[in-house]
Amino acid sequence: MPILERRIIGFLCNWCSYGGADAAGVSRFTQPTDLRVVRLPCTGRMNPIFVVKALLAGADGVLVSGCHPKDCHYSEGNYYARRRLEVIKRFLPVLGIEPLRFEYTWVSAAEAKRWQEVVTAFTEQIHALPPVPRLPDDTGIERLLRELENSPLPICGCHAGHE
Amino acid sequence: MRIGVFVCHCGSNIAATVDPAAVAMAADSMPEVAYATDLMYACAEPGQKAIVEAIGEYRLTGVVVASCSPRMHEPTFRKTVERAGLNPYLFEMANIREHVSWIGKDKEANTRKATDLVRMAVEKLRRDAPLHSRRFPVTKRVLVIGGGIAGIQAALDCAEGGLDVVLVEKEATIGGKMAKLDKTFPTVDCSSCILGPKMVDVAQHPRITLHALSEVEELSGFVGNFKAKIRKKAPYVDWNLCTGCGACLAKCPSKKATDRFNEETGLTTAITIPFPQAIPKKAHINPEFCRHFMTGKCGVCAKICPAKAIRFEQEDEIVVEEVGAVIAATGYDLADWSGYDYLGGGRFPDVITGLQYERLLSASGPTGGHVVRPSDGREPKTVVFIQCVASRDPSKGRPSCSGFCCMYTAKQAVLTRDHCPDSKVHVFYMDVRAPGKMYDEFIRRAVDEYGVDYIRGRVSQIFRKGERYVVRGADTLAGAQVEVEADLVVLAVGAQAAHGAEKLAERLHISYDDQGFFMEGHPKLRPMETNTAGVFLAGACQGPKDIPSSVAQGSGAAAKALCLFAKGVLENDPQIANVRPGRCVACGKCVKTCPFGALNIVEARGRRTAEVVETVCKGCGICTATCPQGAIQLQHSTDNQILAEVNALCRF
Ligand SMILES: Cc1cc2nc3c(=O)[nH]c(=O)nc-3n(C[C@H](O)[C@H](O)[C@H](O)COP(=O)(O)OP(=O)(O)OC[C@H]3O[C@@H](n4cnc5c(N)ncnc54)[C@H](O)[C@@H]3O)c2cc1C
Ligand code: SF4
Repeated sequence: MPILERRIIGFLCNWCSYGGADAAGVSRFTQPTDLRVVRLPCTGRMNPIFVVKALLAGADGVLVSGCHPKDCHYSEGNYYARRRLEVIKRFLPVLGIEPLRFEYTWVSAAEAKRWQEVVTAFTEQIHALPPVPRLPDDTGIERLLRELENSPLPICGCHAGHE
Repeated sequence: MRIGVFVCHCGSNIAATVDPAAVAMAADSMPEVAYATDLMYACAEPGQKAIVEAIGEYRLTGVVVASCSPRMHEPTFRKTVERAGLNPYLFEMANIREHVSWIGKDKEANTRKATDLVRMAVEKLRRDAPLHSRRFPVTKRVLVIGGGIAGIQAALDCAEGGLDVVLVEKEATIGGKMAKLDKTFPTVDCSSCILGPKMVDVAQHPRITLHALSEVEELSGFVGNFKAKIRKKAPYVDWNLCTGCGACLAKCPSKKATDRFNEETGLTTAITIPFPQAIPKKAHINPEFCRHFMTGKCGVCAKICPAKAIRFEQEDEIVVEEVGAVIAATGYDLADWSGYDYLGGGRFPDVITGLQYERLLSASGPTGGHVVRPSDGREPKTVVFIQCVASRDPSKGRPSCSGFCCMYTAKQAVLTRDHCPDSKVHVFYMDVRAPGKMYDEFIRRAVDEYGVDYIRGRVSQIFRKGERYVVRGADTLAGAQVEVEADLVVLAVGAQAAHGAEKLAERLHISYDDQGFFMEGHPKLRPMETNTAGVFLAGACQGPKDIPSSVAQGSGAAAKALCLFAKGVLENDPQIANVRPGRCVACGKCVKTCPFGALNIVEARGRRTAEVVETVCKGCGICTATCPQGAIQLQHSTDNQILAEVNALCRF
């Protein structure tokens, strides 16, 4: 059976973007069906390694969305997110990953329409890229991932502190 | 773990575009799933009962419910599984309504997506640990921010309910916009006659502490235990001594100060009391206009004051108040209409806002209640009202209806006919929105009894013609262009959030919409709550509201605060950070990044390690993403859990 959808993973903060996505549902704003959402308390929870791991594990695209800067439920989580995610976006080509596979943005709980637009645009962006090959179980990457899952996260501490 | 999966139909809300039975069947073969079924309404009584019974019958140790958004019903189902004897945190939700069934009609794709979301929830649940809340005592005091009618009502109800209240008002007096109104629709009773006694009650209530001329600069802490830093601006008068006699006002030589209370329809003195019924009735000096501050000479007020209360050297004071809950009631302000060039944008002296017109109508206003033109003091013969200025105008980024202007325009039209019986009154309107009790009847009276001429259509231009103005617009019912010559034009300028509302929202950690109005917890079911526990909303700060609705919400917010404190102790949310001391190298990076100061480095068993203050941690997870060692994990959102969700998607 041909696969029509791509694997798109959304990391959404609970307070703004998840609420915005809910509001888009409540408003019945039609969206492509590819995206699956992981709920985070805050984009500040977003370890940039999640992006890399998801893309290495076979995701076609990763979308992160949080509260607009200044409107973070936890005051400053999205400032950390902005720095960390910008760094990882620029770093993706170094890992040999197409940077268009990853975007981060801000959608508030009131912006149902904007959420619909963001999802639609990102899904189109991913469909314009070739699909990531779907690997059979227990390939080298799978094993590597399992090892990574149980190891301390290989992230340096230089992203502590923010503007 | 023995997992039970319950897939909800939500009537046809889900089942119309997702196949719940197929999702349940797929869930049946997921790891550690012992039981999977579909339910008609999982949240309703029979649904919850079915979950409780299944937990017993199949000896389930964890539950996944696939239904609506967890923002809606997570607390409901946590209680359900708890009733069946499970730890409430051995529960996960898959959002297959807002995120699936409501956003697309392709049943096959939706069912696939719903199955994926259930698989993610199952994988997360497999890595959940039971969590336990801590109980902590609460400070039974409430901070009310904003002393308009909504804040006043909230403060009085809380105080009557036995709570101590701290009321913070930015202006020199409480009363808000209602204090500026002449009469109120639809009864046309005098605004200050119904507001005044309530303001006096605030001043006299032994449980209410009022800080006027004050603003909240910082709010720290958490529900039950907030600390508010309040800046009390210097009034340059010792308010403990000032009796409000007004002797200084009479003698102050600087008589051209802007009069904010009167919406700049008149002038006032540099030392002033906003209006005769002000609460607190205390004088304050506006240093921008005070001769002492401008030239160093004068001091007439200090000489005349019988109470010797003038203090030119006074400085702002910072007070810290400990409270357990916060009610935001900061109201609204009129939108900036200076960009409305075709209406003059403020250039024409006789084109004024509705709020300015209230001051002209009011017997305590600058004209003593005589309706006159600001330009020459003459009584107008023709008054034109224009509704929906800076409202319902997407081209100017203001798409919403301000709700109360149709009604107050009708009120002002009626009052104009009362004040100047010979006058002609025209109203340009788009639609008339009068859904309240006796509201439509009131509009009818304006037309039938008072002969107000309603013209349906937008105004395209106001221009001068000698001393008068020509209002040109469309009459869409007649299908013709109309021009009306007017002496006075009153604009029903729409409402936006109070100036500074966004900044305050950031301090209170609550959200706001694109007009600056504070966001309620749920558009229908949680109108007074916010997404920050212990912070409630009252009145027009949440969206434009008339007085009856503002009062209702003020009482509602007070009820919420009283409910919160009825228990005496609160439980924290145990989904907080947790340190694995074995991995921690005490680098202190988490301490630096935590926005709440919830982390400390401590000595434990001869080793330095990070420690979480459990009642302060809010569970944002910033530390978890910061820790270079992976030593801090946000419980219920650990790295392993998030990656397990990711892998659950990528393996299929
Ligand atoms: C021209 C006009 C006529 C109207 N006529 C009627 C009528 O006849 N009948 C009717 O039902 N409704 C009428 N309304 C609507 C009415 O004004 C509102 O319903 C009501 O004022 C809302 O009360 P509130 O307490 O929510 O807000 P507000 O009255 O705006 O009070 C908010 C208070 O909070 C203070 N504040 C703001 N920011 C801060 C801060 N950061 N810190 C501390 N304090 C702060 C303000 O100074 C103010 O005192 C009219 C409105 C207008 C514009
Ligand atoms: S209440 Fe009436 S005048 Fe005000 S914006 Fe809505 S429709 Fe226009």
